[in-house]
Amino acid sequence: MAERITRADVEHVAQLARLALSEEEIGSLSEELGAILEYAAQVSALDTHDVPPTAHPLPLVNVFRPDEARAGVPRDEVLAAAPDVQENRFRVPRILGEEP
Amino acid sequence: MTAHETVIGLEVHCELATASKMFCGCPNEFGDEPNTNVCPVCLGLPGSLPVLNAKAVEYALRVAEALNLRVPERSVFARKNYFYPDMPKNYQTSQYDEPITIDGGLDIDGVRVGITRAHLEEDTGKSQHVGVGGRIHDADFSLVDYNRAGVPLLEIVSEPDLRSAEQAKRYVEELRATLLAVGVSDVKMEEGSLRIDANVSVRAPGSSDLGTRAEIKNLNSLRSLVRAIEHESDRQWALTQAGEKVVQETRHWDEESGRTISGRSKEEAHDYRYFPEPDLVPVEPTQEMGDRVRASMPELPAARRARYAEQWGISAEDARILVDVPGLADYAERAVAALRDGDGGSAKDVVNWVRQEVLAYVNETGLSPALLAPEMLAELVGLVASGTISRQQAKDVLAESLREERWPRTIVEARGIAQVSDEGAIADVVERVLAANGGVAKEYRAGDEAAKKKKWGFLMGQVMRELKGQGNAQVINRILEQRLADE
Amino acid sequence: MIAARRIAADVRSGARSARDVLEEHLDVINGREPDLHAFNVVLADVARDAADAVDVAVARGDDPGPLAGVPLALKDNMCTRGLPTTCSSRILEGWRPPYDATVVERVRAAGAVVIGKTNLDEFAMGSSTENSAFGPTRNPHDVTRVPGGSSGGSAAAVAAGFAPLALGSDTGGSIRQPAALCGVVGVKPTYGVVSRYGLIAFASSLDQIGPFAATVEDAASLLEVIGGHDPLDSTSIARPAPELVAGLDDGVSGLRVGVVGEMTEIDGIEPRVRDAVKAAAAGLEAAGAKVDTVSVPSAAYGIAAYYLIAPAEASSNLARYDGVRYGLRVDADDVAHMNAATREAGFGREVKRRIMLGTYALSAGYYDAYYGQAQRVRTLILRDFERVYEQFDVLIAATSPTVAFELGAKTTDPLAMYLCDVCTVPANLSGHPAMSVPFGTGDAGLPIGVQVLAPALGEPTMFRVARAIEQAAGR
Repeated sequence: MAERITRADVEHVAQLARLALSEEEIGSLSEELGAILEYAAQVSALDTHDVPPTAHPLPLVNVFRPDEARAGVPRDEVLAAAPDVQENRFRVPRILGEEP
Repeated sequence: MTAHETVIGLEVHCELATASKMFCGCPNEFGDEPNTNVCPVCLGLPGSLPVLNAKAVEYALRVAEALNLRVPERSVFARKNYFYPDMPKNYQTSQYDEPITIDGGLDIDGVRVGITRAHLEEDTGKSQHVGVGGRIHDADFSLVDYNRAGVPLLEIVSEPDLRSAEQAKRYVEELRATLLAVGVSDVKMEEGSLRIDANVSVRAPGSSDLGTRAEIKNLNSLRSLVRAIEHESDRQWALTQAGEKVVQETRHWDEESGRTISGRSKEEAHDYRYFPEPDLVPVEPTQEMGDRVRASMPELPAARRARYAEQWGISAEDARILVDVPGLADYAERAVAALRDGDGGSAKDVVNWVRQEVLAYVNETGLSPALLAPEMLAELVGLVASGTISRQQAKDVLAESLREERWPRTIVEARGIAQVSDEGAIADVVERVLAANGGVAKEYRAGDEAAKKKKWGFLMGQVMRELKGQGNAQVINRILEQRLADE
Repeated sequence: MIAARRIAADVRSGARSARDVLEEHLDVINGREPDLHAFNVVLADVARDAADAVDVAVARGDDPGPLAGVPLALKDNMCTRGLPTTCSSRILEGWRPPYDATVVERVRAAGAVVIGKTNLDEFAMGSSTENSAFGPTRNPHDVTRVPGGSSGGSAAAVAAGFAPLALGSDTGGSIRQPAALCGVVGVKPTYGVVSRYGLIAFASSLDQIGPFAATVEDAASLLEVIGGHDPLDSTSIARPAPELVAGLDDGVSGLRVGVVGEMTEIDGIEPRVRDAVKAAAAGLEAAGAKVDTVSVPSAAYGIAAYYLIAPAEASSNLARYDGVRYGLRVDADDVAHMNAATREAGFGREVKRRIMLGTYALSAGYYDAYYGQAQRVRTLILRDFERVYEQFDVLIAATSPTVAFELGAKTTDPLAMYLCDVCTVPANLSGHPAMSVPFGTGDAGLPIGVQVLAPALGEPTMFRVARAIEQAAGR
């Protein structure tokens, strides 16, 4: 199963992950990811036919909270942490992509 | 343009009317000051964790019951990963391969529209695009408000079973009435409580192919829905006829130009990388949860319409309007219940008043029909039915009732506008009028049809004048007719 | 070093003031912190206020709590209201959370005095604390060596006497491995025993907060304070904190102890580490336990599964650092480029590597082969352990295959660094409790840790066994 990780793969994944990798990083990551994935591909050696996945180590179900409203964090405190604020909202540069 | 068939599937996003958000206790309120209903959880601050609102689950189960959806033993939340500034965590907590409800349907005018699934997910924040054009791509920057982030949504996905814009509209109307009836949403499209994406494709009539579809996003009124589907359907068919291909893509409805616009952007090839949300545990609805929902289910719109048509003898169209307008059917029911036996007013009379006068008033003022207590309307209907006031007088009384919130009978009494129906009193007046206008009575009896009509009108007018316009026209007619025939 | 329980007893009785205790510890910090860099920030003034408040409570006759006046170091990935919380990352530099983590509220309510925020591998990703954006922490036993990681700052702080207690987080061994390398006790509780609310997530289905202490008893005291149900964490077990201290000295007579081959007899393990596990087993046998060797075959696949699952969850958990709401922003012409530039500048090399790895493992076409398969292997590991726990009350194994290594020894080979976690990762995948207890020394006189593992919610037995090992080690 071990995949060779090409520069194009790295660039595609970097775009999904929103990382503006440098040329140098793209090169080294394609090697490192290849090596790590080759090791990780050991998981395919085990027969998991009919084995369900475990997403979570706990067998908990149905954890709910009652539908009760309460005050959140004061706006000033929230906005104080923001890199850019205008009219009590978070300001961001223009959005080119559409909301999926 | 030649005939073609349009194939439509709808994704309806319904904001659930819970008190608090889906995963935190922030108030679920529309229209508050920006970024005032936020906390570490709905802002996605580092370290915060979601806890599921029990009410959101209950509401999903109510909808399941109403839309004939099946509730699998277990459902799980999943993360839908994509970057967008409206979304504080850059993933949306949603449901993917194990939704809370599946496989249902809703009957629209005798046709069953399949519902694939209805799943829970969190809403995003809202951004306002600021700049020259006002549209997203022309904007210089955007301002984000997270009050809406984390509001619970139920996404109701239909099968591609709809065949026209009009049918799609009917589906949404029925769905809206159903969601309202089961009490899970205020279904206000203008406030975004109900938002619709439409998957549209076209094909030649009789074909069973599924054409390439386009997804039209965020249709926020029934009018937009109809126009967008019609436009998109025509656009696709024109492309097909010209030998071109329809591209599978997201398109946006532009209300001003009346067109759908491609939402493609070269960068985005979406890969949502869904995986089970590790911060939440599975939901396994219990027998008890199901029983509680079933025990509290209200009458659904279809059953309600049928009942009104049968019990009240009203038309299907009247029944539909009562059920579709939020609050109107409950109002009519209360008014009917308040009718007094002796007055002779019927449920049908009430519905006529509700449909015409009350609804007109509501449409005009935008006020809730609760302003005129249903008991007041019942009293008004009774006053007309018993002949105390005429229909025309009743309209004036209604206007005053609404304006001053006074009971109709009080107004009638205070203004002394009660109609004179007393036969003896009317007979006396008729006697006096005939005595004073002996010549006219004679001309009536001798005249032809046209002359008769003219003289009748004159005598009628004289009687009514004597009675200051408050005489019961029916009674006057009857007595006048008798007296003119007598001699 | 004075035990936390002794300090609390003295402060509660009025024999010593919390303020004096604090000042003594601040003096120790002033002396050695420049060489070790255990802390990202020492909160001296905040701690003085807290200590004074404890003293006031004592003077008033109020109960100051079971950890009254005990200085406690917090790993800098736990939120502290109004105080810097960085995850040792540039991307969170300067951020001050508007809320406290549940564990922070609990230790404060118990009278502990938060003395500072400790260094870690950025976002807890690493096994040496060299991946900190603010420079590495050094091992108090030998400053040319690493303290282990990712909770290296907390382990070093306890080992150096900066604080009797510390909290760390353990996703694949991040408490136990540095505890072993620094010669202190470190505990990863059963998943769900300690609330994660306010712990900045690395891999949500694996992360668990736990105590560091010089002794098993002090670690037990701290876990009693931080454990127990929290309605703010959906994955928190609806039970009160385990009772540990009371039964600590009940002995191990009759307990069935298994020595796990796959987590002891492994390639590259230092002989003296292996010998220490055997010696600890012999010690338990001498104390009346029944010891046998046991195999957990799927545990050998732990690292492979872990390095798919943990990065996958991390890639999603770390998506929120985008320059919009808090933390670093690097400007760009549109929002997508701003996000990408911010993340590129704000994240260190290892964090980016794992985000890339996890994004890849979840992406279309690879999910089933990588993430999906890793989750199935996780099921096999869980089943293997459950089967083994039908025959054994506890298991023992190595914590780290080696003693502390030199700074820089593994920084150029990510896979070699990942293999540091080979003995610790299985308990994270299964969610079971595990802890490391110091047991003798290895090469260059550096500390060795022996790992004790138990079934879900088996903390009381695990602590008893750890206590017996501690006694066998002559401590």
